[in-house]
Amino acid sequence: MSYSPSTDADRARMLRTIGVDSIDDLFVDIPDAHRDPTLDLPAALPEVDVLREVRALAEQNRVPEGVPSFLGAGFYRHFVPALVDQQLLRSEWYTGYTPYQAEMTQGTLQSMYEFQSLVCRLTGMEVANASLYDGASALAEAVLMCRAITRRSGVVMAGTVHPAYREVAATYTQAVDVELRTVDAWTRTGNDVAPDIEAVAAAIDDTTACVVLQRPDFFGWVVDPTPVVEAAKRHGAKIVYVVTDPISLGLLTPPGDLGADIVAGELRSLVGPPAYGGPGAGMLATRQAFIRRLPGRIAGRTTDLDGQQGFVLTLQTREQHIRRERATSNITTNQALVALGAAISISALGPAGLRDLATRSLSAAHRCAEALASVGATVSNAAPYFHEFIVHAPRGAEDTVKALADRGVFGGYPLGRVDPRLADALLVCATDLTTRADLDALMNAWQAVHRG
Amino acid sequence: MASEPLIFELASPGRPGVRPPLPQFDAVDPAAVLPEGQIRGALDLPEVSEIDVMRHFVRLSQRNHSIDTAIYPLGSCTMKYNPKINEVTARLPGLLEPHPYQPESSVQGLLALIHDLEAVLAELAGFATVTTQPAAGSQGEMVGLFCIQAWLRSRGERRTTVLVPDSAHGTNPATATMTGMRVEPLGTGPDGNIDLAELDAKLDDDVAALMLTLPTTLGLFEQRILDVTRRVHAAGGQVYGDGANMNAMLGRVRPGDLGIDVMHLNLHKTFTTPHGGGGPGAGALGVQAHLAPFLPGPRFVKTDAGYALEPAGPDSIGRVHSHVGNVGNLIRAYTYIRSLGRDGMREVADDAVLHANYLRARLAPHFDIPYDRICMHEVVLAGTRQRRLGVRTTDIAKRLIDYGVHPPTVYFPLIVDEALMIEPTETESIESLDQFAEALINVADEAKAAPDLLHAAPTTAPVRRLDEVTANRSPDVNWTPAD
Repeated sequence: MSYSPSTDADRARMLRTIGVDSIDDLFVDIPDAHRDPTLDLPAALPEVDVLREVRALAEQNRVPEGVPSFLGAGFYRHFVPALVDQQLLRSEWYTGYTPYQAEMTQGTLQSMYEFQSLVCRLTGMEVANASLYDGASALAEAVLMCRAITRRSGVVMAGTVHPAYREVAATYTQAVDVELRTVDAWTRTGNDVAPDIEAVAAAIDDTTACVVLQRPDFFGWVVDPTPVVEAAKRHGAKIVYVVTDPISLGLLTPPGDLGADIVAGELRSLVGPPAYGGPGAGMLATRQAFIRRLPGRIAGRTTDLDGQQGFVLTLQTREQHIRRERATSNITTNQALVALGAAISISALGPAGLRDLATRSLSAAHRCAEALASVGATVSNAAPYFHEFIVHAPRGAEDTVKALADRGVFGGYPLGRVDPRLADALLVCATDLTTRADLDALMNAWQAVHRG
Repeated sequence: MASEPLIFELASPGRPGVRPPLPQFDAVDPAAVLPEGQIRGALDLPEVSEIDVMRHFVRLSQRNHSIDTAIYPLGSCTMKYNPKINEVTARLPGLLEPHPYQPESSVQGLLALIHDLEAVLAELAGFATVTTQPAAGSQGEMVGLFCIQAWLRSRGERRTTVLVPDSAHGTNPATATMTGMRVEPLGTGPDGNIDLAELDAKLDDDVAALMLTLPTTLGLFEQRILDVTRRVHAAGGQVYGDGANMNAMLGRVRPGDLGIDVMHLNLHKTFTTPHGGGGPGAGALGVQAHLAPFLPGPRFVKTDAGYALEPAGPDSIGRVHSHVGNVGNLIRAYTYIRSLGRDGMREVADDAVLHANYLRARLAPHFDIPYDRICMHEVVLAGTRQRRLGVRTTDIAKRLIDYGVHPPTVYFPLIVDEALMIEPTETESIESLDQFAEALINVADEAKAAPDLLHAAPTTAPVRRLDEVTANRSPDVNWTPAD
């Protein structure tokens, strides 16, 4: 079963037109010794049997519907309006491709233009591309942009940037002259862990191409970046902000108002549940001055022969299909459908809805922190946070997480995975989807785990 | 057709959007817990009602062509039918909702699915192992070249040249640059194969890899493939395979058996995960055993205790995704592979190649075909005959739009003048192929009889030809309200 509509009669007719006797005759250029290998693959299954099989695999997984979850750490659950997925299931969106023929793909092109405009408003930036693979590769591309813009090689990376993002940036830059320097950006006093923005500022010098901060950072904190912004300006370094949860922009001062040259972020939480990490969509926004350094697709507004408004892919001389080895990046296929979902989601929620999701997430996290403290947990109160906070886990965070999971709660992310000095620190997240019942379950499990 | 207003133009101050969830907890005043200066003022986003948002995006969608509308023979993109069951499985809550950091014991089904998908892809393409982490083919290329560099380093070698045929996708040279390598172009002979004499002349001890698309972008199977890979290996280099065209080979030949060391597979092409108007894709990467230690982590493994994510080993080139890749598309590809089974795979290649050759035979009297031999999954025509009539390939493409079919890929590969690259795929019926052929033949006739029709096209699309020059010169990429 290959979804091919051809019958044997059709095939015979086509072979006659071609002038060959059999389909085998079309494969004669393949070396004889390697043609038609015996493959060790299972047999075909009808639709319903495939569904049964995949459903059985799906049902082996435990998901937040059944397990209260306080996991965040770069992958967040928020309310997503039902119309978003209804739209993404429209054939006209999901079965088209990159709008190479503009007149026939005005819907996709206009939606890309709207997406770019919405991202600019959300981030406070002037131009945005139409998406990259994910937040991590967006950061990597941002770093490469800064290298090209400044012709410098130093990168000061705050240790409070998502660890996977930092790893991806290191992978992307391994073959070019970029020197990544990670600065702790936090200190520890007793059980309190606190941001250290001055340490990041102190690491910037005249060789620094860019400094990278995350907002809110990986530990959940919202930090005033002024010392870093001032140091960067003093030394001519670019400032890159990472945003792993776009809902936070419903409430927090946008990076564009905080000296950002580039914003690199992840949009998944606007579109749906974490989906085990993908597909998300990377956003990359910058200032007008750097538009020709942006990687990836960009839609532009123009007019047609009759003077009517229309949209095209623009500035394509940056891209690999035109510029080849001199392109700004090798990216081609991006995450257009997820970006479209983000544009629809932002439009449906509106400014009030986004702010509500953000403030509800902030409220939920702070009430959870109070509740945990009320049952004896030590919450690190050293710094202001958005929707994630650090709890001291005296028996070790990995062990605590396992014990909580045994009691049916995903309690958070053990920060020892980022740094062994934080082996007893647990990162707990709550959002607008966190319920009272979830919190009760966490409190009960926490008490059970810590009772004697 | 009247233009669709921008979402910003549908807004009205105070108009409510979708209602957010009821608060579950007492509100906390952000100003009481956040530092000064960290709360934004006005959020300058459009206020649009739910019904207007829905209608706006429905109307926009209707200004698109899609596979589910009609044939979409975009060469090199494999625009085949996307089975609807894929969309059902990818949305099963047990697969859509898991969090990347929940315990592995709680996602055994998902880990098993991806582990098994990687095993099937390795079997199909003839590699020792496959990683599904790359988010698209281009990212797979980057991982592949980094792996080759790391392998060379492990042998105490440093090589910096990548040979790239002049017919290659633009991603190949762009990837070489991103990985710090130097591109050396390689010519194509009159038979559409790599020029072996030139290959020999350029193979020196600085060549790290040859990047080879198989079948080539001319839609042809490299007839001396074993000679090519043998020579590269003899010179100490590696062969990178661009697997964009795997659809032609499914079940018929395994590229890994032909001396290819590492190759990406575009799951959104060959394995029916939807193209999404530009993405997301998924770019699985297959490697032979000697390159496996260098792959990104984590890897999906099966242990006595169940399925697990194994952290990257010490030689890994590093992670390329924030977690493990475009999982939603891996679920779709798995669903497709289970639906097809062994025999379905071969039927894909057979009908894809048959359909392309049928179009080649039908169109040959009307267009020049610079490399005219049995083709694989796509056929490349040249609009050179029409150019002599004052009609360019762009005009042919735009006129096809008036016939309601999506034009082929145009002006690629670069080595074919006025190229039209047609990939019909296995999922078009003979009636659909005939309609497409007749549209193209009509356009060829019009080029002789009424070329102005082509120059003026399209006239039935939502817009006429667009001013790309102005769009480039003074880019308007972010809406601002008119004064």
